[in-house]
Amino acid sequence: MSVLDSRRGGGNGNNDDLASLEAGLDALETHLDTRASRWRKLLSATWPPVLAIVGLLGVWELIYRSGVKPTYALPSPADVGLVLRDQLSDGTLLEAMGTSLTRGGLGFLAALAIGTPLGLLIARVRPIRRGIGPLVSGLQSLPSIAWVPAAIIFFGIGDAAIYAVVLLGATPSIANGMVSGIDQIPPLYQRVGKVLGARGLSAARHVLLPAALPGYVGGLRQGWAFSWRSLMAAELIVHSPELGQGLGQLLDFGRSNNDMSLVFAGILGILVVGIAVELCVFAPLERRVLRRRGLLVARS
Amino acid sequence: MTVLEEQRVTRSTGAVSLRGLTKRFGDGPNVLEDVSLDVAEGEFVCLLGASGCGKSTLLNLVAGLDRPSAGSVHVPGGRAALMFQEPALLPWLTATQNVELALRLRGVGKSERRVRSNELLELVRLSGAGGKRVHELSGGMRQRVAMARALAQDSHVLLMDEPFAALDAITRDVLHEELVRIRESQQLTVLFVTHNVREAVRLGDRVVLLSSRPGRVAKEYPVGIAHPRRIESPEVARLSVEITDDLRTEIRRHGAH
Repeated sequence: MSVLDSRRGGGNGNNDDLASLEAGLDALETHLDTRASRWRKLLSATWPPVLAIVGLLGVWELIYRSGVKPTYALPSPADVGLVLRDQLSDGTLLEAMGTSLTRGGLGFLAALAIGTPLGLLIARVRPIRRGIGPLVSGLQSLPSIAWVPAAIIFFGIGDAAIYAVVLLGATPSIANGMVSGIDQIPPLYQRVGKVLGARGLSAARHVLLPAALPGYVGGLRQGWAFSWRSLMAAELIVHSPELGQGLGQLLDFGRSNNDMSLVFAGILGILVVGIAVELCVFAPLERRVLRRRGLLVARS
Repeated sequence: MTVLEEQRVTRSTGAVSLRGLTKRFGDGPNVLEDVSLDVAEGEFVCLLGASGCGKSTLLNLVAGLDRPSAGSVHVPGGRAALMFQEPALLPWLTATQNVELALRLRGVGKSERRVRSNELLELVRLSGAGGKRVHELSGGMRQRVAMARALAQDSHVLLMDEPFAALDAITRDVLHEELVRIRESQQLTVLFVTHNVREAVRLGDRVVLLSSRPGRVAKEYPVGIAHPRRIESPEVARLSVEITDDLRTEIRRHGAH
């Protein structure tokens, strides 16, 4: 016998009435999903930044033509474009971007591996929270360039020093993201878990971690930004012929040759990598997490 | 009284029995004091009271979420299922997954989970909405998913903490009817907390009025009205007036000193 069998005295007619009434209510209260087409959305998202960039280039060109600064200090957009083309065609810039991206990515992954369990411990173990919680949030506001001299003395000039700086820069953000993700879990979810019989590990797996995800993803995003900034600071200072040439080293090379166009090209490379990772990794990840939970408010 | 109700009363062995239940938090005053209550198997009991009568505390004790300061809670069927005022669905899961989580935490195997969760969603008439996420469901639909999830705990005792208080009147009315239907078909014992007198009379076989600060059993009312009932019916209104008068007397007592 199916669980659907109704044993009420009212009979089937009554039951059908209720079913259709309920179906009507559900239909009335369900929101219609209206989404603009993908292309239209892409188009409307693209033109404002393009317009802004064109405007910026125009202002730059005007300042260049007004002659307030000599050409070596402020090259024209066209000069920078030429250097950019050369750097791209001989592969220097792409190679530097690749080297930096690899370092940044590896450093970030290491920070992820350390920051995640650290955040869990701080959030869930009271003595640890009292002891090192404030220290970790404090470290977040320490500019990571301050670690560079210490890292050079400790590790010598080399990759180890660079990774140490990236790690120290990014780990606190990721740990703090985890902590705030867990702190923001509505107490109701934990009660529900308890009522449903979730204990210890199963509570962590089915309730605690998924509930903390939005805050944690925010922490990852910030952790990446910190990795990338720390890496640039480290690369600017830590360089030697044996080390691979990253974007920071390229910048320093441009500065020591008084080559403003190369410096600009390097800055552009740093920006492009930063924006690309944000757009291709973290923005979609965050959007997905928030959309699943209905936390993403559609903006027109 | 219908035939069914008579049967229920005659085969009653206690589904929930509370003896001298007392609860206080820390050094505070008693929130509940010496509450004794027997709920027969298959019975629908509504707990009614003003603010401060410890209704939610009582449910937490029965659900085993908290320990009594004195007295005993006995639920022979094992753990009771609990429904909150908010649907309290987990927003990262779909409706089906919310129901399945309850099954999974009970150790039900994967294929059986599928089957059982489909059955339960069908029972609350949401078969088509299983793949929806919580934010895509209306308030009434969410409470029905919550009901399906509570039933997935496979307990014959269902505790409900003002589950319809946040819903609009039309939806609440429909859910009353659903609850009565499901309770019949699943032969549930229900302990339902509310401060809506008519709701209590509309749903319950028995209404238990609690006093406030501390919460004690003040009076009990058997509801001898045959199902199907309507909240607007004169029989429901008549008993509601009687209970409301007693409730007001109880509330006035607190203003007197």
